[in-house]
Amino acid sequence: MAAVADLKTLVLGQKNVQDMIDAEQEMPPELMTVNMGPSHPAMHGTVRIVLTVDGETVVRGDVQPGYLHRCFEKEAEYATYTQIFPYTDRLNYVSPMINNCGYAMSVEKLLGIYGKLPRRAEYIRVIVSEVSRITDHLTCVGASAMELGAFTPFLYMLKAREWLYELLEKVSGARLTHSYVRVGGVSKDLPDGWTDELNYNLDKIQEIMVEVATMLDNNKIFRDRMAGIGAISKADAIATGCVGPIARSAGVDYDVRKDYPYSVYPEFEFDVPVGTTGDCFDRYLVRIEEIKQSIRILRQAIEKLPNDGFMIDDPRVALPPKKDTYNTIESMIRHFKHVVDGIKVPAGEAYTFVEGGNGELGFFVVSDGTGRPYKCYVRSPAFVHLSTAEQLIKGHLIADIVPIFGMINMIGGECDK
Amino acid sequence: MSQKVLDALKAKFGDAITSTENQFGDDIAWIARDKLPAVALWLRDDAGMAFDAPVFVTCIDRLDWKPLHRPVSEHFSDESGKDSRPRFEVCYQLRSSTHRHRVRLKVAVPENDSRCPSLAQLWPAFNWQERETFDMYGIRFDQHPDLRRIYLYEEFVGYPLRKDYPKDKRQPLVRRDDLPVGQKEQK
Repeated sequence: MAAVADLKTLVLGQKNVQDMIDAEQEMPPELMTVNMGPSHPAMHGTVRIVLTVDGETVVRGDVQPGYLHRCFEKEAEYATYTQIFPYTDRLNYVSPMINNCGYAMSVEKLLGIYGKLPRRAEYIRVIVSEVSRITDHLTCVGASAMELGAFTPFLYMLKAREWLYELLEKVSGARLTHSYVRVGGVSKDLPDGWTDELNYNLDKIQEIMVEVATMLDNNKIFRDRMAGIGAISKADAIATGCVGPIARSAGVDYDVRKDYPYSVYPEFEFDVPVGTTGDCFDRYLVRIEEIKQSIRILRQAIEKLPNDGFMIDDPRVALPPKKDTYNTIESMIRHFKHVVDGIKVPAGEAYTFVEGGNGELGFFVVSDGTGRPYKCYVRSPAFVHLSTAEQLIKGHLIADIVPIFGMINMIGGECDK
Repeated sequence: MSQKVLDALKAKFGDAITSTENQFGDDIAWIARDKLPAVALWLRDDAGMAFDAPVFVTCIDRLDWKPLHRPVSEHFSDESGKDSRPRFEVCYQLRSSTHRHRVRLKVAVPENDSRCPSLAQLWPAFNWQERETFDMYGIRFDQHPDLRRIYLYEEFVGYPLRKDYPKDKRQPLVRRDDLPVGQKEQK
């Protein structure tokens, strides 16, 4: 019987550990192609990247979206103006209220009632938009932190997000797909005591933000993985169409709420955080600061919330009161025509854009005078940002793709329409 | 928003600007198709214009455009009243980050020659958006660096956002051997 090999030979196949160093291994000299996605555990959203790698370094990455394409624009051409709201919820499903508002504004522009809404309706829209913006940033930062191994901030932030989702559920009846906004206002008023509850939850969120900041801001692992990764210059950010936190982190001072003010945003005092380096860490800081600024806007909005109705008093867009619908034939006919034929929008084309969670979110609606849009195009920031991904990941390691994608915050529903 | 941009365009390029209009605060300039790259380059590089930020590219298919309560667009109807407008309108929306003005360039593209010059070399953001427009409307962008479908698969037949593509049409994904080898395999 042969002598039993020693443990190292048995397990590793060789005795001397020195034999295993890379230099003596035969490395293939040519580049290798690796598929990342469409379903990858470390990336939220279904997107496929065909990577050409040199060892661990990305030489080229062909980013291929489209796995969540649900024909939003085609469906919109066959739906009445009001029926499109549920579709817009599903664009950026992390902040559906902002999509609702953006779409409603472009139809209001075509109708000529843009800016003529009751002030309470505008305030409610700002409030729900800012709450949505906080949920968007909480999800983005939380998920990115988790992907880098920081699981606690993720749980803290999702806990905070859940409080806000509960509040939005109280307003709209749905946790995620709210469909709360209507052309001409919002579908129902805020429930009693809602603003107090929001105030209370904002206090708790501010505490959470402090806790999260202590866990992430000076965390060596987090900073090493984020700082200097995926940087973009100011000029590149503008030319590639970047908006929102990504552009702002690179020093582009562009926020739709300030530069092309809409709704009642000019009445609030808030700051737009702008970064300097344009890397993932600055994107993180911009998002954290925006949460604080959103809380600031919300506090002012709760303070000043007017009391003049949540829906415009215009028979072209507002449904008749339920009491009349059930009791008078005229109102019943009007209700029926409104629901079946849709709101009649004069012919024309309008582009409106709002500051979404990820930047300029635009709706380009072409109307031919009927109750259904002739064309409804959405300018989705996620799609534009994803197109810069190839440039951002080039030269970085495969592991860096995870924080870069996390901070691009590609939302499949919005990117793929 | 600002008539200034349209006036400057007309003064500089004359006949290349076929018409201008303003709808809901957005300036629209119709550009002759072959002059688009020159106009776009000037808009980007001229200090007074400085349209450095691209916003979106899309296309409007006017196949069954019959607006209610409004005469059929004045731009393309001929004297006999017959509708002679080109079928597609490619729209480029631009924004200036310094002057904060916006403009929408429109190019009329006929159905039998659905080509349009690409602006992806001027604004990298238009690379993907032109691919999207190609994917959905079948507009071929000349000199585009990488014109292939973006949302749909290579085997897809037709262009889904065209008005003559039925909404309820289903296409099972079948393997086709007659397609040229895609660019991604070549690289």
